[in-house]
Amino acid sequence: MNKDELIAKLKTIIKPYTTNTDAYDNLTEETDFINDLNINSANLVDIILDIEEAFDIVIDNPEMERMLDVKSAVEIIETKLASK
Amino acid sequence: MDFKDIIAKLPYSEPFLFVDEILQADENGITGTYTFREDLDFYKGHFKNNPVTPGVILTETMAQIGMVCLGIYLVGNDLQKETVVAFTSADMQFLKPVYPNEKVTVTSQKTFFRFGKLKCDVVMKNEAGQEVCKGIVAGMITTKL
Repeated sequence: MNKDELIAKLKTIIKPYTTNTDAYDNLTEETDFINDLNINSANLVDIILDIEEAFDIVIDNPEMERMLDVKSAVEIIETKLASK
Repeated sequence: MDFKDIIAKLPYSEPFLFVDEILQADENGITGTYTFREDLDFYKGHFKNNPVTPGVILTETMAQIGMVCLGIYLVGNDLQKETVVAFTSADMQFLKPVYPNEKVTVTSQKTFFRFGKLKCDVVMKNEAGQEVCKGIVAGMITTKL
């Protein structure tokens, strides 16, 4: 899976949890889950659990705390997929 | 953990404490009871001359027993002074009315408790064993939000 495909998959996971459609439609690697997409900490947990299921990976606490924007989420998912 | 300690650690007090007793708790779930005394203030207005327990109060009772008490049990000795509870979502069905002086039993099954978020399937039954309310509650139990 290349990075664009990964971001596209991530985007479908995020969709039900965001209320900011402008920021969602214009999502880039710099997009911040909390500040740009208006996702709260509870829904961020849901997104991370959905990521685990969709990519068949396990995220730990320190990684979860870093997953605050698209860029770091992509990095963590790529690292996890590479080590499978 | 002694079940009485769970109630002592709750961040609520009268008139917004809706837990009387915890009957059972383990890693997967919890059961507790509450009796809606007829002198509770909201019965004066819900409804005029026709007291029925409001759905929001049933939801709060489900959350206090099913999510917050279970969360305190699961966090155990890691519970800190800075720990805060934030009720983050509820999806409820109200199946039967609950009248003053009814005692209800709330049973909660943990769906997951990860990264500070606790999500549970919760059922409330009346003394006849009928389901009066059921749904899903979730909250963050964390030292930071």
